Amino acid sequence: MIEVSIYHYLILSSMIFTIGLFGIFLNRKNLIIILMSLELILLSVNINFVAFSSYLNLILGQVFAMFILTVAAAEAAIGLAILVVFFRSKGSIAVDDVSSMKG
Amino acid sequence: MLTIAVIFPLIGSILSGVFPKLLGKEGVVWIPTLLSIASFIISIFLLITALDGNTYEEYLFEWINSSKLLVSWVLRLDVLSAVMIFIVTLVSSLVHIYSIGYMSHDANQARFFSYLSLFTFSMLLLVVSNNFLQLFVGWEGVGLCSYLLIGFWYKKNQANNAAIKAFIVNRVGDFGLILGLCVVYKTFGSLDFDNVFSQASFLKNNELEIFGYYFSSLELIGFLLFFGAMGKSAQIGLHTWLADAMEGPTPVSALIHAATMVTAGVFLVARCSPLYEHTYYSLGFIIIVGAVTAIFAASIAITQNDIKKVIAYSTCSQLGYMFFACGVSAYSAGIFHLMTHAFFKALLFLGAGSVIHALSDEQNIKKMGGLSKLLPITCICMWIGSLALAGVPPFAGFFSKDIILEAAWGSHTFLGSIAFYLGLIAALMTAFYSWRIIFLVFHVKSKNTYDNVHESPLTMLIPIILLSLGAVFSGWIGYDMVSTTKDFWLGAIKVLKGHDALINAHHVPLLVKLSPILVASLGIFFAWLCYIKYPNLPKVFTDRLNLFYKISINKYWFDEIYERFITIKVKLLGSYLWKNIDVRIIDKYGPNGVSKLCISIANRIRKIQSGYVYHYAFSMFFGIIIFISLHFIIFYGA
Amino acid sequence: MSSLSLFFYMFSLVALVSSFLVVTLKNPVHSVLFLILTFFNCSALFVLLGAEFLAMLLLLVYVGAVAVLFLFVVMMLNIDFSTLRKGMSKNAPLGILVGLILLIEIIISITGYNFSETSNVERNITAINPSVENTKALGLVLYTEYSYLFQCAGYILLVAMIGAIALTHRKRDNVRRQRVNKQVLKDRKDSIEIKKVDIGKGTKI
Repeated sequence: MIEVSIYHYLILSSMIFTIGLFGIFLNRKNLIIILMSLELILLSVNINFVAFSSYLNLILGQVFAMFILTVAAAEAAIGLAILVVFFRSKGSIAVDDVSSMKG
Repeated sequence: MLTIAVIFPLIGSILSGVFPKLLGKEGVVWIPTLLSIASFIISIFLLITALDGNTYEEYLFEWINSSKLLVSWVLRLDVLSAVMIFIVTLVSSLVHIYSIGYMSHDANQARFFSYLSLFTFSMLLLVVSNNFLQLFVGWEGVGLCSYLLIGFWYKKNQANNAAIKAFIVNRVGDFGLILGLCVVYKTFGSLDFDNVFSQASFLKNNELEIFGYYFSSLELIGFLLFFGAMGKSAQIGLHTWLADAMEGPTPVSALIHAATMVTAGVFLVARCSPLYEHTYYSLGFIIIVGAVTAIFAASIAITQNDIKKVIAYSTCSQLGYMFFACGVSAYSAGIFHLMTHAFFKALLFLGAGSVIHALSDEQNIKKMGGLSKLLPITCICMWIGSLALAGVPPFAGFFSKDIILEAAWGSHTFLGSIAFYLGLIAALMTAFYSWRIIFLVFHVKSKNTYDNVHESPLTMLIPIILLSLGAVFSGWIGYDMVSTTKDFWLGAIKVLKGHDALINAHHVPLLVKLSPILVASLGIFFAWLCYIKYPNLPKVFTDRLNLFYKISINKYWFDEIYERFITIKVKLLGSYLWKNIDVRIIDKYGPNGVSKLCISIANRIRKIQSGYVYHYAFSMFFGIIIFISLHFIIFYGA
Repeated sequence: MSSLSLFFYMFSLVALVSSFLVVTLKNPVHSVLFLILTFFNCSALFVLLGAEFLAMLLLLVYVGAVAVLFLFVVMMLNIDFSTLRKGMSKNAPLGILVGLILLIEIIISITGYNFSETSNVERNITAINPSVENTKALGLVLYTEYSYLFQCAGYILLVAMIGAIALTHRKRDNVRRQRVNKQVLKDRKDSIEIKKVDIGKGTKI
């Protein structure tokens, strides 16, 4: 427990992952929380990769983490653009109002 | 060649039926006619080829090929089928030509000619078939065309009813035919004529077990096939449709109900002669049914007042003759009579049609009379037809009817003798009602005055004249069919040694030979007495023999008995099954129930789509949890 | 007690708490700020793992670009804080339960994993390869072995840029633009017309 091994990093990563997941489906406030939770999830995966890269002496983990970073940034940009357009047409970003695909 | 002759009518039917606008008003009438005539010309060559001994089969394509059953479409040319093709195409072509004139005022000529040609095709398919299944296809085809043509004027309620009646009564016979086919397959393992007939003599002791009772297979087959023939050829019991079938146009009656379709039953019995020769009870049954029908139908025809119905019952009676000829193993005599009958019966029908057409659709003979001056050619031709029908020499009917009666005598069996006497009495009645018609229509002074009565157009007269030539000469030309010195049939009809009714027929005593002519003359004399000399005589008879008169004019109450005991019960059963079982049970749990169930389930499932993304994300997440938990439980036994 | 372990526990604790606050705070501006705090802490964790380049990259990209972007949008959307609804839905207990089950299962599966002998997962944290700096190590690999992936990442960014512009672009009617091809293709007979005008009378165009 005192010696920090990989398991600690992995458990931390899974905790942040779960918190991000909670943020997606437990929130009723607004849509931006969802996008931020998505960033948290990606962050947790990053931690996972880098931890493994460190412990297995492979640089590949960090390379992949860099790419994940790239994609996360791109996705955040597009997600916010969609959010802006949605706000323009609906006027509100409360999660309950995003139900026009109701069956 | 054979295929072309069979296909031409089909092409004519499809052209007239599917493309009437393309062909134009003239083309739609003449093209099927010309194609029929072309078929007839080919059939002459085919007949010559077959009589020379060149019988062959044309293989078209395979139909059923399972491990136990092989059925193909094969067209077979032998003497029997060549003779039948000749008769069918000749009468069909003449009826086509006649219909051009008869139906010229009708609006639906395209449909009529299409159906006529379709019928010709089906009948040809029936007679050139090489196996039972193909024959059955042709059988059903002619039944269908009969329905279509009887109900041609479908706006008339009576015509529709008559068409349905014809089809259903035929169906009852077909039931027997199908069962017969099944027994054939079970006994012989094949449905091809060649296979079945070659094995017939080896399997004559074969027995079939049904519910613990043993029946001889060949007897069973013979009986069942004949049951089908009874339906198609309107023998007693299944005859009720033939009189009502006169609702159709007269050319239809001439073609179908005189010359071709009703003779399909006789053809079937003759074709299966190798099978029938080994049976005893079936042949006896055929003799009885044929003879009884002959006299039964003739007795009804004496009192009918509709000219077409009289000729219809006459057909029924003559078919009885053909059948009992086959019953005494004189199949060739039956086919010979089929040929001559085709000529003079079609002639009679077409002549009657000419009279009806001239009188603007009047069919009751009581309202006719004195037409011999106004319709001379028709009168002469009807005389020729009636003379042939009655069996007066030297017309065709004399040869064929005589040989049949002589064969019945010559069989020297109890049933054959009964058939002979019944046939004689029927011949008396035949002559009587034929001349009743002629006198009442043409020679009696009429109480009506006719306006605008003229002889029929040329397209109607030419077929009548040609048919009367046939009625005169076909007996002479075709007599070789029944000769015992020349082998005419070349194996198409098989007669066993010992069944020498036909051989004995040529050596009967003189009295037997002359008896049909005597009886016919008696009938004509009697008719002359009743309708020309003493016109009050019929009334005397109907008053004194009132019971017989009533039985005859009510057609032995067959229709009423069937209606009361069978039809009503069947209708009740049908409507019970429909309302209670079909609608309430099957529809409710079937289509309607399933559709309601689908809608209700779909409505419930629809609510899962709430529209909120986080609901969807949650359900995805939930699914992952389930999978992981299952994984743990299964693999680690947690 | 190694100081590295202490740092690890400190940073990870703050990261967890701030990420929890990200999803639970009412005010979205506060949420964004706590997101930034989470990023900082994780970056520190990366440094602890010896991946300093990636840590700086995290700060630059995530904090400097993405989080600032979030802040921009939150500000721009001008949300009325007072009418925001209560945070938790009525299925919250079930959701939390299911999430905890997931967490427990992940932890079980992680700790049950058997790493091979050659790796040194049980050891304490150290740098990867002290002889080569992290940046150089990345550079050696990124442009040679993974050059295709690198190019693809560039394309992804290009597409994201175009996509963001295309989504939010509004056509403005009162802005005049220059359309060069129309200017070049203009013909004399389209633009000039000679009319004979009588003296004293005007003309219509």
